[in-house]
Amino acid sequence: MTRFVLRRLLQSVVVLLGVTLVVFLLLQLVPGDPVRVALGTRFDQQTYDALRERSGLDQPLVAQYASYVGHALTGDLGVSFRSGQPVTTIVLERLPATLSLAVTAVLLALLVAFPLGVLSAVRSGSALDHAARVFSQFGVSVPDFWMGIMGILLFAGVLGWLPPSGYVALTEDPAGWASHVLLPAGAVGLVTASILTRFIRSSVLEVLSEDYVRTAEAKGLRSRIVVVRHVLRNALIPVVTVVAVQLASLIGGVIVIEVLFAWPGVGRLTYDAVQARDYPVLQGAVLFVAALFLLMNLLVDVLYARLDPRIGVR
Amino acid sequence: MSGHPDGTLRRALSALRHDPPAVAGTAVLLLLLVVGVAGRWLAPDGVNDVDVDGILRPPSLDHLFGTDELGRDVLSRVLVAARVSLEVGLVSVGIALLVGVTVGLLAGWYRGWVDNVLMRGMDVLFAFPVLLLAVAIVAVLGPGLLTAMVAIGVVYTPIFARVTRAGVLSVREQVFVRAAVSIGASDARIIRRHVLPNIAAPLIVQTSLSLAFAILSEAALSFLGLGIQPPDPAWGRMLYDGRGFVTEAWWLGVFPGAAIFLTVLAFNLVGDALRDVLDPRQLTVGEARRSRR
Repeated sequence: MTRFVLRRLLQSVVVLLGVTLVVFLLLQLVPGDPVRVALGTRFDQQTYDALRERSGLDQPLVAQYASYVGHALTGDLGVSFRSGQPVTTIVLERLPATLSLAVTAVLLALLVAFPLGVLSAVRSGSALDHAARVFSQFGVSVPDFWMGIMGILLFAGVLGWLPPSGYVALTEDPAGWASHVLLPAGAVGLVTASILTRFIRSSVLEVLSEDYVRTAEAKGLRSRIVVVRHVLRNALIPVVTVVAVQLASLIGGVIVIEVLFAWPGVGRLTYDAVQARDYPVLQGAVLFVAALFLLMNLLVDVLYARLDPRIGVR
Repeated sequence: MSGHPDGTLRRALSALRHDPPAVAGTAVLLLLLVVGVAGRWLAPDGVNDVDVDGILRPPSLDHLFGTDELGRDVLSRVLVAARVSLEVGLVSVGIALLVGVTVGLLAGWYRGWVDNVLMRGMDVLFAFPVLLLAVAIVAVLGPGLLTAMVAIGVVYTPIFARVTRAGVLSVREQVFVRAAVSIGASDARIIRRHVLPNIAAPLIVQTSLSLAFAILSEAALSFLGLGIQPPDPAWGRMLYDGRGFVTEAWWLGVFPGAAIFLTVLAFNLVGDALRDVLDPRQLTVGEARRSRR
């Protein structure tokens, strides 16, 4: 187990170094001088020189990369070309909004996927099972932002129950936050739910065919007790990890939903940075999300090995 | 050899014929192909014909899908935009297939440091959420059709490299490959004649499923204004432009989105049927998508 964790940790560090290289090289891909491009019509020599120096762009490439990684390790992701604020501060300010959206979406998804996945596996081949499979196919094929637009149309336009967009911080006004988060989280959650339903269904089906389940049934246990005590306990191990991976991918993957609903999270920040050609913010947001994604995947693997000791020795 | 191209093709066609959802998916894709090729001729109006007296008109016999905020015919724009989605999907998956298969072949065949370097590179690309990396690439290269294709191609390359490498690692241990090596056949010949035909099945399945993901990604990029640029129509962009009017003009939200959904659904149905027959061990669409947003 310790060897497995150490090996995964080492792999993650190597990949993280690669991620910093890709993110660093992004700026080099900008056609022309990125500072000049970013300043556009606001160009003046003094600002230009200051930004180039502050961004380290006047250094040789290798020195720039070494300095980028060195600063990133201390949490310094540079400063915004636009506001002059530290990128780390800007990203961290936006993180709670994204986290609250992603966590709500996953919770809503579980609310649907857990009963649907378990029931469709236990009653495999039934009408409910067919409905669950149609739902899964629908969910993986539908763009979440289209679901968002349909949600706006129905719940904001026709019924007038929810606001069409906007954001209220959870800490300021929980009720206001809830009314604003339902539409975006519902749109993302629907897609996530369809993915989780498939996983839960196939995981439960797999455990249902195990010998110990047959033994439990043979000794006369009620089917509800067999499912709850013997099946779910084992079937949910891979599901826990998939839920965590889903959460990780949502933190970096809800750009379009955040833009559609004017939700001021990391995705919206990335979009704004692209529009404003604020490359350090774009780099910082991408690096932050990729590092978080990597960290969560590492934690998921360790958690999986802990829950299922067979993984650690493979 | 079960993986001979003729056998693979036959099994693929049989899978598509005998599975009702796959038949429906294939029919939609054929229809889409016709629309993609002949969209401009099928469109009742010009895609950029502005009519200031006819803005936001609901669906009627004159305009079956209604008109948009500039009075343009929504049906015409939906039909013509099919070509963009198909083009981006096919070219980007083509790029991912070409680069990914090359990387996977080299890594799986030569192993050692070549494998280590190439696959760690793929791990790095895999570490980014798909859309985020695509947005970052388009942002630095500049928005447009070509850069969207390249960006989507780059983000889907690692999956092809992994599928190919796994196939090569298994095929290279087969007796017929070892026999070819022992009679002195060149690496290029063995890869072309023996390895590639035997890893075709998982690659065909992956291509079909990736086309669905690529079209979703293109729609997301064009929604963000990073795909094809106005005034050319794209389904994602049409949704973005119409989002502010959607509560008063539902057709601006419904039709372009339904077009994306049907296209992606069709590719998924075909991909799932192909997987069931050609490569049952491969992940389902949902499983594959779990970390590939």
